Amino acid sequence: MVIGSGIARGGLEKRRWPRCTGPNHALDAATAYRGLLPDAYGCFLMPSASLHRVLKLTLTLIVLVGSWEALCRLLQVPAFLIPAPSQVALRLYDKRDLYFMHTWITIYETTAGFLLAVAFGIVSAAIIVVIPKLRDVVMPTLLVAQLVPKVAIAPLLLIWFGYGLFPKIIIAFLVAFFPIVVNGASGLASVQPELLDLGSSLQASRWQTFWKFRVPSALPEIFSGMKIAVTLAIIGAIIGEFVGGNRGLGYLIIVANQELDTALAFAAILLLSVVGIVLYALIEMFERILIPWNAPSEPLTAGGRML
Amino acid sequence: MRAPAPAIKIADLRKTYATADCEIPALDGLSFRIEPGEFVSLLGPSGCGKTTVLRIVAGLTAKTGGIVEVDGVPVTGPQRKIGLVFQVPALMKWRTALENVLLPAEILGLDRAASRGRAHELLDLVGLSEFASRYPRELSGGMQQRVAIARALAHDPAILLLDEPFSALDMMTRNQLNIELLRIWSERRKTSLLVTHSIPEAIFLSDRIVVLGPRPARILEVVTVSLPRPRDPSIRVSLSFMQVVDRIGRLVGLEYI
Repeated sequence: MVIGSGIARGGLEKRRWPRCTGPNHALDAATAYRGLLPDAYGCFLMPSASLHRVLKLTLTLIVLVGSWEALCRLLQVPAFLIPAPSQVALRLYDKRDLYFMHTWITIYETTAGFLLAVAFGIVSAAIIVVIPKLRDVVMPTLLVAQLVPKVAIAPLLLIWFGYGLFPKIIIAFLVAFFPIVVNGASGLASVQPELLDLGSSLQASRWQTFWKFRVPSALPEIFSGMKIAVTLAIIGAIIGEFVGGNRGLGYLIIVANQELDTALAFAAILLLSVVGIVLYALIEMFERILIPWNAPSEPLTAGGRML
Repeated sequence: MRAPAPAIKIADLRKTYATADCEIPALDGLSFRIEPGEFVSLLGPSGCGKTTVLRIVAGLTAKTGGIVEVDGVPVTGPQRKIGLVFQVPALMKWRTALENVLLPAEILGLDRAASRGRAHELLDLVGLSEFASRYPRELSGGMQQRVAIARALAHDPAILLLDEPFSALDMMTRNQLNIELLRIWSERRKTSLLVTHSIPEAIFLSDRIVVLGPRPARILEVVTVSLPRPRDPSIRVSLSFMQVVDRIGRLVGLEYI
């Protein structure tokens, strides 16, 4: 029987390999309910599966970059139109100190704006949910504010706050704020009604209801909001740098464009993507640490799978 | 000397739901009482207002008219001497089984060490002592509902209100949990009110069954189950059991014969 099931698994489950559903037949039936495996099993098979993914990703990248390089050389594309990857890499290496400084500035603006958005967003969401009377005032105001294109008000912010980092942080904050409020409010309101009944039958205070039921229920949605918000925050910071200033990767792209230094612009864009991926991965990592009880959806980055 | 007050007294209970243009009657003058330590079931067709009765006793829904008293005191709002079990387990998925059972003690600010000991004891009572540190998603539906029962007993309430606690479970699990609930009740002797639409479940567990008709709910009959206690699971296939099933089935109008 054991051999038989082994053959069946080898034959039928081969295609599902990367998801590693594992040897659940060996588990105590009681723990295998709903097809959920104990963490130990998930971890046991994880390295090979994640290695598999990394390998696939690396191969794809090598093929893509390789063909790009080959096409550029073969067709002799001028570097100011499309630089070859080698040229981009060379520029990145030559001016590494410059890039480091500008990248750091953009990370700083993005992170500051994002954190402000998280702080104010969660507080606003809490107000909307906990004080229904304020909902009718706060929600339409936020919606109107959201409908104003941030790109359009960026020049105004520069007039008001000058050319330093502050207006960039403000723009990053403004674009990142909305998804956190919306997700936060919907999360805080998503408590199971039976839990609220249980709370009131025990005469729980509003404070207890909020912290023991609403906040934990909201965390998964707040994290979804934060993942959207962080990618928006980068866009916000870049918009700010485009409009005015003398630092940051956005500024670097504008300068590169003016000088037709396309390799420089490509390098800056590459760094921007890396910053975005790293920040996103950090949030997935925090999600894993803070809410391990949330049924893990397939994480998109390594950050979510590190643990 | 006065006789001791009933655990739950319901007299001429009325409830109407007001919509924009009319009033929909849900409960039309119900009267019954539950003595301390008694197990009573509310049985009736779906949507007849059984759950409304339970919520009014729990103080979660306001009544329109009549008298509802718990331990001789009129119900005006939620009260802590009641333990609640819902149709869904309603566990906090961010807490382990043990932490879920500890919730009432936390809200009521009871002594931590003592509540922990009690929570372990209750998990043992519902047969889940090995699963204390498991999260709800690692437990089956039946196990989750057992945790919910343990949680309902955590603050040692005098009264247990169960709102169709097993109706979301499959038949085998449901039968199993009926046996478990009977055992738990025998050990703790909490005054219990069970809302159900399963006739065998009501008979197996109850001392008396309040049979309700379709909405607006009126009491068709209060059936006393004279099957002796302690009850063995095998009683459910005995002739005397079947006779009660038959009698209640005719009451609620099941045309199965």
